[in-house]
Amino acid sequence: MSFAVFAFYLFAGIAVTSGVLVVFARNPVHSVLWLILAFLSSTGLFVLLGAEFVAMLMMIVYVGAVAVLFLFVVMMLDVDFAELRGGMAKFLPVGLLIAVVLLVQLGFAFGSWEASDAALSLREAVTPDPDVTHNTEALGNVLYTQYVFPFELAGLVLLVAMIGAIVLTHRKRSGVKRQDVVVQMYRDPETAVDLVDIKPGQGA
Amino acid sequence: MIGLGHYLTVAAILFVTGIFGIFINRKNVIVILMSIELMLLAVNINMVAFSAYLNDLAGQVFTLFILTVAAAEAAIGLAILVCFFRNRGTIAVEDINVMKG
Repeated sequence: MSFAVFAFYLFAGIAVTSGVLVVFARNPVHSVLWLILAFLSSTGLFVLLGAEFVAMLMMIVYVGAVAVLFLFVVMMLDVDFAELRGGMAKFLPVGLLIAVVLLVQLGFAFGSWEASDAALSLREAVTPDPDVTHNTEALGNVLYTQYVFPFELAGLVLLVAMIGAIVLTHRKRSGVKRQDVVVQMYRDPETAVDLVDIKPGQGA
Repeated sequence: MIGLGHYLTVAAILFVTGIFGIFINRKNVIVILMSIELMLLAVNINMVAFSAYLNDLAGQVFTLFILTVAAAEAAIGLAILVCFFRNRGTIAVEDINVMKG
């Protein structure tokens, strides 16, 4: 068994196991940690496939941002998670049934699938020889030319998501002293300065 | 030798696990969101596997876009969750009925 085969089965096994444990973990914090492990091991699968850039991006975006966001939210919310787990046994049979049916369907689809003869001529962006152009460079060459509009659109999606998340979670609290620049600029000496005429000898 | 079918199998199992997770954790929105992330991960594995075996970079480019949408979805979903929890003090799915849906 070569190293690549061993690495594939290792990463695939860890990914599937931790995926199942995400679903079954009693504590949502453990769920998030299993999710991080699933992401990390699928990153290994991507490296095996030769998609290094996507692998590193997955690690940064999913493990570094999304999973940590989940962790923050799970730890921030004061929820009785044990109560939310009630009824799991009730939905287990129907969930298992649907999962098995779907898995069998996917198995049939993948089993009888084969690439069309025309598939190779229909390729949008043929991968250059990895010995000449490495993965990141090749991806950049198509991402910033052929796919530049979807790329900009993806940036817009992230901008909207950022603004949306800020607007949704930002709250105005009363009783907090804040600096209001406009009010500061529109102050004039007549309202701000109070001149008091003190007679000689009476000052403190 | 590891072929395309191996990767598709892993992705299919992960995808089905995600669907299964949505079914058995029907009360906990956070675990449902995590299951959706698992399904998106499975789709990404499919995309990269096909990209590698057909020698077409378009699959990897679209993986980047799926990644973007998944990150945006997680951020907005969790923001809505935090907002809802602040107003109602619960995240149980059956209590989310303000809009009479």
